[in-house]
Amino acid sequence: MEGGLRPEGRAINLSTIYQGFKSSLRPLGLLGPAGLWLFLLMVLPTILIGELSFVPGLKPGQPILGYGLLNYLRILEPTYLQVLKRSATFATGTTLLCLLLGFPVAYWLALMAPKRWRNLLLVLFILPLWTSSLLRTYAWITLLRPSGVINLVLSTLGLPTQSLMNTPWAVYIGMTYSFLPYMVLILYASLERLDLSLLEAAADLGANPRVAFWRVTVPQTFPGIAAGGLLVFVTSLGDFVVPTLLGGPSSMTISRLIYNQFLGVARNWGFGSALSMVLILMVSAAISLLLKYGDRNPEMYS
Amino acid sequence: MKPVASKGNLRFSWQGIFTLLMYGFMYIPILILGIYSFNQSRYGAIWKGFSLTWYQKLMGDERLFLALGDSLKIAICAVAISSVLGTLMAVGLSKYRFLGKSLYVGISYLPLIIPDIAIAVATLVFLASVAIPLSLWTAIAAHMVFCLAYIAIVVSSRLQGLDPNLEEAALDLGATPTQALLKVLIPQLAPAIVSGCLLAFVLSMDDLLISSFTAGGANPLPIEIFSRVKTGIKPDINALSVLLILGSGLIAAFAEYFRHKSERV
Repeated sequence: MEGGLRPEGRAINLSTIYQGFKSSLRPLGLLGPAGLWLFLLMVLPTILIGELSFVPGLKPGQPILGYGLLNYLRILEPTYLQVLKRSATFATGTTLLCLLLGFPVAYWLALMAPKRWRNLLLVLFILPLWTSSLLRTYAWITLLRPSGVINLVLSTLGLPTQSLMNTPWAVYIGMTYSFLPYMVLILYASLERLDLSLLEAAADLGANPRVAFWRVTVPQTFPGIAAGGLLVFVTSLGDFVVPTLLGGPSSMTISRLIYNQFLGVARNWGFGSALSMVLILMVSAAISLLLKYGDRNPEMYS
Repeated sequence: MKPVASKGNLRFSWQGIFTLLMYGFMYIPILILGIYSFNQSRYGAIWKGFSLTWYQKLMGDERLFLALGDSLKIAICAVAISSVLGTLMAVGLSKYRFLGKSLYVGISYLPLIIPDIAIAVATLVFLASVAIPLSLWTAIAAHMVFCLAYIAIVVSSRLQGLDPNLEEAALDLGATPTQALLKVLIPQLAPAIVSGCLLAFVLSMDDLLISSFTAGGANPLPIEIFSRVKTGIKPDINALSVLLILGSGLIAAFAEYFRHKSERV
């Protein structure tokens, strides 16, 4: 069933050309439509954004007058650097929180939960991913707002009320809530494959459980930790809903800034495109870090 | 931490208690949303008595139903076309090697990797540059990009576990490649295709950003909900959330069922 897209080198013979044409027709029929669609609506638009990012101050409907680096230089202004830094901090903090909260859950689900319930329990934990992320974030408004449920509970207990809404804390809570299931899912897959005999060997050799955990379990599951961390980092870096609904005006992030350049009052397509390119670059940098360092450890053991 | 070789008995451990707390963290917000959808009071967290007011108000809300209609049109069209394109793509990638294959595969992952906001603005700029007016159709076209990528991934992972001999046997017995594809391969892939489609459907129904930039005059549900909740709590949106969450729970159950089935076949 192997067929090449490349026709034979020097086919002068008509029937050979026909054969080559026919054999390339099937892969084209299978891969062509989706490939064309991805090219038209994914690759071309991204290239276009790359071009427009070099057009300073482009407004919608305006012709391109000249190219320059002004959009990128503008990102380096303190106001916008602050936004980039805030986005990166939100994403890093959310990643660490998800790892911290997700690891014990995945550990319990993969290694300690009753075997026949494991799958069901895992599905139950990631079930919220199937519901609208918009509505799950909205649910937190009910809890966090000044007259919300958390403050109702606090004041009933006689404790001082908190104003969490429209603070960075609300963003951390909302993002961790949104992306924790991804982390648990990936860590579970990784912990499930953990070779328990290695832990037994470590115990036989005199390692106490804590040492065995840090020297065996963590290095063994490092690819999962890296992959889960990357997924959460990338998703929260580009997240729009949580900072907008829970973070308020003080939590301006890069995705909100991009949104404003296209749909908000600012309407600066050139600057928005440059910000988009920076976001794509940040995501690509995170992914290449994973590809470079994420897969090192498993080879040591295989 | 020492793994306990469990034999069906629950033992108390801090990980177990912590996990229980995390289940609470995942479900309590949704539960509270559900409870408050029956609260008579419009403002505040204080319980003012059971009422179905918000559900009644929801039923009379024509704008929401129109928005739901737009969302369904976009999701169903995008998923229907993508199910064909995505499946063909997954089959093609599993069968052929060609120059630039890794580039093709890399591009097929882009919709999953690049943040929605970047895809959304790029699509908007592209459509503006070729002077295509925004409508329901442009939204469908834009949704197809991520729908086919997700469907292709789900189908691909199933293809890896398939027995290639069956298709070869069909070819040896005189089936044309197309017959072998339709009669042998596709039925084997059906559960994976269905679960991929359900995933794509849910993602499409949930999408806010890509629709915001490509739907033009159409007004899919997430955009309508977003514009309402930006300004605070709306009790009728609580009621809507409960209905939508129940709906997606049902879809999730179906998807899990088909995934389970596709792994077992």
